[in-house]
Amino acid sequence: MLKFLIKGLIRDKSRSRLPIIVVSVGVMLTVFMHAYITGFMGDTIEMNAKFTNGHLKVMTRAYADEMDQIPNDLALVNVSELTETLSQQFPNVQWASRIKFGGLIDAPDVNGETKSQGPAMGMGVDLLSDGSDEINRLNLRNSVVRGRLIVNRGEALLSEDFSQKLKVNPGDTVTLIGSTMNGSMSMYNFTVAGTISFGTEVLDRGSIIVDIEDARIALDMPDAAGEMIGFFNEGFYNDEKAVKIANQFNESNALTTDEFTPVMKSLSQQGSMGQYVELSKIWSVLISSVFIFAMSLVLWNAGLLGGLRRYGEVGIRLAMGEEKGHVYRTMIYESIFIGIAGTVLGTTVGLAFAWYVQVHGINISGMMEGASMMLPTHIRTRITVPDFYLGFIPGVLSTVIGTMLAGIGIFKRQTARLFKELEA
Amino acid sequence: MEIIQIQNLTKRFPMGKGEFTALKGINLSFGKGEFAGLIGPSGSGKTTLLNIIGSLDVPSDGEALVLGNSIGKLSAKQAAKLRKENLGFIFQSYNLLQVHTVFENVEFPLLLLNYSTSERKKMVADALEWVGLTDKTKSKPPQLSGGECQRVAIARAMVKRPSLVLADEPTANLDAANSHNILQTMEKLNRELQTTFIFATHDEKVISYLHRKIFLLDGRVDKDEVVKSN
Repeated sequence: MLKFLIKGLIRDKSRSRLPIIVVSVGVMLTVFMHAYITGFMGDTIEMNAKFTNGHLKVMTRAYADEMDQIPNDLALVNVSELTETLSQQFPNVQWASRIKFGGLIDAPDVNGETKSQGPAMGMGVDLLSDGSDEINRLNLRNSVVRGRLIVNRGEALLSEDFSQKLKVNPGDTVTLIGSTMNGSMSMYNFTVAGTISFGTEVLDRGSIIVDIEDARIALDMPDAAGEMIGFFNEGFYNDEKAVKIANQFNESNALTTDEFTPVMKSLSQQGSMGQYVELSKIWSVLISSVFIFAMSLVLWNAGLLGGLRRYGEVGIRLAMGEEKGHVYRTMIYESIFIGIAGTVLGTTVGLAFAWYVQVHGINISGMMEGASMMLPTHIRTRITVPDFYLGFIPGVLSTVIGTMLAGIGIFKRQTARLFKELEA
Repeated sequence: MEIIQIQNLTKRFPMGKGEFTALKGINLSFGKGEFAGLIGPSGSGKTTLLNIIGSLDVPSDGEALVLGNSIGKLSAKQAAKLRKENLGFIFQSYNLLQVHTVFENVEFPLLLLNYSTSERKKMVADALEWVGLTDKTKSKPPQLSGGECQRVAIARAMVKRPSLVLADEPTANLDAANSHNILQTMEKLNRELQTTFIFATHDEKVISYLHRKIFLLDGRVDKDEVVKSN
């Protein structure tokens, strides 16, 4: 009997191949959409993490209290030692020192007189150390518009807009006029190695990026850093994990009253990022749920229709003396098989698409021109654990429920009525 | 020996807020090996009566005893058992399983009865020989003519050698030549295997073969005549 049913299932394409394709497409869309939503929400978080917040950030307590003002006079000192300690304590996190600074960039003419000036927001990052991942993290290689990346000490990258405003080109010298960690006036010359564009107004307005060692010299901050930011090795922000690590670190320093004691904050504990993280979680769940529900309705309906169109066959089988319960059970078993086959196929294809978009991304930089928010220029999906099982909700559950509902008709209808439908 | 006894059988169907009475106090009996037909125009109740005899429907009043089973008192499982073991059905539109071969279609009732593979092979071969389709075992219904399809349906109905075969307008979709061929086959099986055949028909060709003609009109037996003894 089983062989007979399997033969029927395989041969009747409208009973096997078509439903499997329908389920696969539904599941594939569900998996891809979930990965896309997770990725899109996560991308904005990751972008903020890479440029500003990190997945974790260590500062002095005093710096943390006035973080918005970038108070370098309250910066961390003995950073080398702290980096070593943090690396040992949290081996799954990569740590990088950064110094943010504000100042005036002065561009001289051929005679050494000021040609142009403009206010700049600067960032000292580790660009020249072996093993530093900051160039990749900030996507600097792809952001270069003219010139090249920093390869020597004393070089700087200016944002393309800023360089045009100052009328400077790669190879020109500019002077940073700012204040040291101790409040003295500081002047430091940089050679412009290249110009960069991140594609977002907020980053391209007037930024200068230098190697952190140059920033330390320029701002008189030996072995100091305004902040140390940490990134999970897996590359994605995990709020629960970040909060747990931050709390663990802070508990060890809880009894110290020194305002220069390092304090750690997770991304969600910094400014309005917490709200964004919460919002992205809610939206992610909400949008995914709506989509899963919609797909469930579609596949439920497919299961229902698949069952209804088989009333004729049901009629024949009942006439031959097969029991209603047996007919009903075999229909359910078939739908479970269809559901599982379609879900496995759909999940595989959905994950493959999601993986491709996660690795390569979809370039939307053209749409982001002039954006004042820090938004990603590439749409990327993000595959998470739920993507591996989420498709089973619409794929198996809905298909089986649809068939079960259709099958109820077998019990409710008089056998003779099924016959009428058979004869129709 | 009577295998079917019908007493004061009434069948009503709900229609809107009221009821429609399809069969009104039918009294009939059929013996083993009969080749009988329920004859009447559309709406006369012949298919309804055939469905009740076939345990596909139940009487509203009265009693229908088929092979000792009171149809109105059978549970769904018992009715299925009766059909599985003792009844064969032949339909106007053949109702073959389209994706299965001729062999598999005929084999299906035997699968339900848990016959062994070798028994099934033998019984299916016999049934296909009765209807002259031994060369079509691997064909599928869409590859067959209407007459061949109906012969497969007859083989399927006969393969388990049931006591009773119910045929509802079995020639309605066939041309004259095929109709005669089918009817001759059924008459031969009736004669050789002593299987009782009951037809529901208004086709003159079928009527001409019947040994007993029961005319139904508006849900009542209008005339019951034996034209040929079995």
